[in-house]
Amino acid sequence: MSDHWKLFLRNLNEFWKAFRRNKLGLVGGFLILTALLAAIFAPALTPHSAVDIMRDSNGRALTFASPAMHSPLGTDDAGHDVWALLIYGARISLMVGFLAGFISMFVGSSLGIIAGYFGGAVDTLVMRVTDILMVIPDLPLMLVLVATIRQMDLKVSPLSVLILVIGLLYWTSAARLIRSQTLTIKERQFVARARAIGAGHWHIVRKHILPQLMPLIVTNTVLILSTAILIESGLAFLGLGDPTQPSWGTMLNFAFSRSAISNGAWWFYLPPGIAILWVSLGCILLGNVLEEMMNPRLAAHYLEGDKGMIAITDKETGL
Amino acid sequence: MARRDYLIGKMGISLLTLLFVLLLDFMLFRVLPGDPVRAVIGRNVRISADVQNSLRAQFGLDKPIFPDQFVDTLGQWARGNLGVSWSQRRPVSEILISKLWNTLLLIGLGQLFSIIFGVMLGLLAGWKRKTPFDIGALTFSLIAWATPTFWLGIILLVAGSAWFGLPTGGIVSPANIGKPLHTVLPDLIRHLILPTLTFTILYLGEYMLIMRSSILETLSEDYILTARAKGMSNFQVLMRHGLRNAMLPMVTIIALNLGFTVSGAIYIETVFSYDGLGNLVQTALVKQDYPLLQGAFLLLAVSVIVANMLADFLYTYLDPRVKAN
Amino acid sequence: MNEKPLLRVRGLTTEFATSEGAVARALEDVSFDVLPGKTVGLVGESGSGKTTTLMALMRLLPASGRITKGKVWFNDTNLLALSEHEMRDYRWKSMAIVFQGAMNALNPVMKVGDQIREAILLHDLMDRSAAEKRVRDLLEMVGIAPARRDQYPHQYSGGMRQRAMIAMALACAPDILFADEPTTALDVMIQAQILQLLKEIQKALGLAVVIVTHDLGVVAEVCDEVVVLYGGKVAEYGSVDRIYNHAQHPYTQRLLESFPDINNPSETLASIPGTPPRLTQLPPGCRFEPRCHVKINRCAEVSPPLLEVEPGHYVACILREGKEANFQ
Ligand SMILES: Nc1ncnc2c1ncn2[C@@H]1O[C@H](COP(=O)(O)OP(=O)(O)OP(=O)(O)O)[C@@H](O)[C@H]1O
Ligand SMILES: [Mg+2]
Repeated sequence: MSDHWKLFLRNLNEFWKAFRRNKLGLVGGFLILTALLAAIFAPALTPHSAVDIMRDSNGRALTFASPAMHSPLGTDDAGHDVWALLIYGARISLMVGFLAGFISMFVGSSLGIIAGYFGGAVDTLVMRVTDILMVIPDLPLMLVLVATIRQMDLKVSPLSVLILVIGLLYWTSAARLIRSQTLTIKERQFVARARAIGAGHWHIVRKHILPQLMPLIVTNTVLILSTAILIESGLAFLGLGDPTQPSWGTMLNFAFSRSAISNGAWWFYLPPGIAILWVSLGCILLGNVLEEMMNPRLAAHYLEGDKGMIAITDKETGL
Repeated sequence: MARRDYLIGKMGISLLTLLFVLLLDFMLFRVLPGDPVRAVIGRNVRISADVQNSLRAQFGLDKPIFPDQFVDTLGQWARGNLGVSWSQRRPVSEILISKLWNTLLLIGLGQLFSIIFGVMLGLLAGWKRKTPFDIGALTFSLIAWATPTFWLGIILLVAGSAWFGLPTGGIVSPANIGKPLHTVLPDLIRHLILPTLTFTILYLGEYMLIMRSSILETLSEDYILTARAKGMSNFQVLMRHGLRNAMLPMVTIIALNLGFTVSGAIYIETVFSYDGLGNLVQTALVKQDYPLLQGAFLLLAVSVIVANMLADFLYTYLDPRVKAN
Repeated sequence: MNEKPLLRVRGLTTEFATSEGAVARALEDVSFDVLPGKTVGLVGESGSGKTTTLMALMRLLPASGRITKGKVWFNDTNLLALSEHEMRDYRWKSMAIVFQGAMNALNPVMKVGDQIREAILLHDLMDRSAAEKRVRDLLEMVGIAPARRDQYPHQYSGGMRQRAMIAMALACAPDILFADEPTTALDVMIQAQILQLLKEIQKALGLAVVIVTHDLGVVAEVCDEVVVLYGGKVAEYGSVDRIYNHAQHPYTQRLLESFPDINNPSETLASIPGTPPRLTQLPPGCRFEPRCHVKINRCAEVSPPLLEVEPGHYVACILREGKEANFQ
């Protein structure tokens, strides 16, 4: 383990101390953590599965039943338990969102480092591609891509298509950020020194550049997770999810297209939305706090400070 | 001189993007399984092999894909021929044009309100940093940012119709369809309230956040201190020296955001059954109407690229420094 | 000689709240006068409080700054007793400032001429067309072709921007001009030009100037009086002749010694061994004591009062004799 990584771990401890003081960051962490726990321990949180159908004593499916003891969030149009759908849906939503987020962060970081570190034609190429991707409206592009890929009879599960399309389209802003940070680090002394003594590129990137990029990468991953989760829910709402593995977005698609609204079944369309908001707000809060800790905002600006500048207790004597 | 170089550079990127979009759209058409003739004339039309072959020749499908077929297709697109919708059996371009104005109306209103209020709130929040107003505005923006567009639409739809009796779908009431615009204006406005509100709330938060950080940065510049030293009041400094400089990054962001407003339109039009391009895209998706989907994609992408180009052009007027760089 | 001072600074004390939660006393009990048409030099090493003094006088301290004691008499008005609203009338009309490192002090998206005119119109000094004429006159006065009023700051060179700032500072015909290191960050040729310009303008307009500089050569050349600051306190204050030829404070003496040739103004202050005091943990005694070459034991215990060793020549050192300063 290199010294840089040891330093990184030591910093981590200090970081936690500073982080603890920020309430918003803690709230964000709490939101993410609870959602993750619910997804992991789903079987322990409900006796039903997502495909069980609630029935009354006559064996008829309880459709659009309002919340009651046996199904705390009521049932959907087919009699499924909404609470069970919700926490099993967390598995799908979080899995797709997190995998897509990690892919895009991995692609973005790699391309950013390569572009920043090597510069020249590679850099130009990567930057041109980000320029292009940033201008194309993302949702229509994804819809067309997903729809076409689905049609192509490839042996890929619908969720994998979603993960790949989201992951491979949302790396542009990360690539830009990482690239410019890499450029700054490259300018520093020890990189030049390492080069002078003949260290290989991979060695320099791994030992010198990556450790310093870590905070930026982590922060952006957190922020990108929120984007990925929101996008997944949107695509699923538009019908591109996997109906056999319903995520929160798919649930909302069902609720919307199967007249939960006209049936007044608020328990069907409110909880999935709140769940999405829960996780993405958690990521945003956490990400913003991390960002703020990395580059603290200016303490104050020039239009502050006129109030209370004169703190002279006795204006007569000037004391 | 330098401005020209800047614009040529930006234009180059736009053209590159345009080329990429055209190529992508063209390629997507080709990778669909089945005979491209099917893609052009529709899936369920029964035709003999002979006819098929003659059609192949007629559409130039016997020629190599590059460059002949691609150039052919570009020529077709340039003449407004985007193929025939499978589900509606009408030319795609005709359908697109019939929906275009409704979407422009929705996006235009939504952007207008969210920019005006977002800039105003962001300006005030940054100026009065750390006051309850600022914290309230920040909280609102973060929540708006984290909320799925379509879900907010659903909530507003339920609330608006239950509490205010607002219409939940369409662009005018069924009885008013086809009547001249001025006679149905109040009805149209009632239908526009909820979708526009959804649009505004979502983008308002984002614009507010960006404006806030932009004004915070601007107010930390030395020329702000100069302006105060001249004897201006804080409000004068804010409006005369802060606003314009802080607006510069906003122009770029608003332009880049046009792509996201298209996403917004797709979700919101779907939720409110609003008769525009977004709803059309969603329907095409459900009905697997590829010519329509790809035509819509082409139109949306090209519009956003062109709008971006215009924004770059506008930027050179707003920031005199572009001339120097 | 008996002329009434335009500006009387009395016991000015300023604190900053630092990010660690401590309080840095950046200025303590600073007093001096500015006579009409004369030039006062503020000298001292980096961090001694020169900029803070000017900012406090303009009441433009950053948000963490507080003025906790003192009075600033402009003629017969105590500026520190005014409301912010009233204070705005004094800014630029009575006292204008050229900031330290003024490279970014001009708004990048506003024409230079408009920025100058803005100051004139703001204070309702004249109508638009007269103001427009004045803008051109001012630019001409500082050696910028009036035609360049329509250019933006980025089209100006560094020296021109500084000239434009000076033109802007003169726009409302102020009584006092504060110039915070007006020539640093410029090359030597331009430095000399700007100083020459300031001198000419001062002569022509009868303006009082407070100039902050590291450069004792500049002080000798343009100042009538000198205030030597050390660690936020006045170490020595007197006429330029007294300071240069009869310096009493060990710090001033060291400064002058380490400054080889007054006729070679390109040299800046050479360093004296040791570092200035930390403003968050000030020693009870003399602030210069740790670095002083003539100190006695008592220097570490009592804070030296400002003594008037000759009429109009003040020194804060317990080794000197004189009556305690009593400013009017
Ligand atoms: N915003 C601030 N917050 C905290 N401390 C400050 C702030 N501004 C200045 N100080 C402190 O006040 C002291 C005086 O600073 P000032 O800028 O007045 O020095 P100066 O004499 O102008 O130095 P220089 O020659 O470097 O310009 C310094 O020790 C500085 O650290
Ligand atoms: Mg200074």
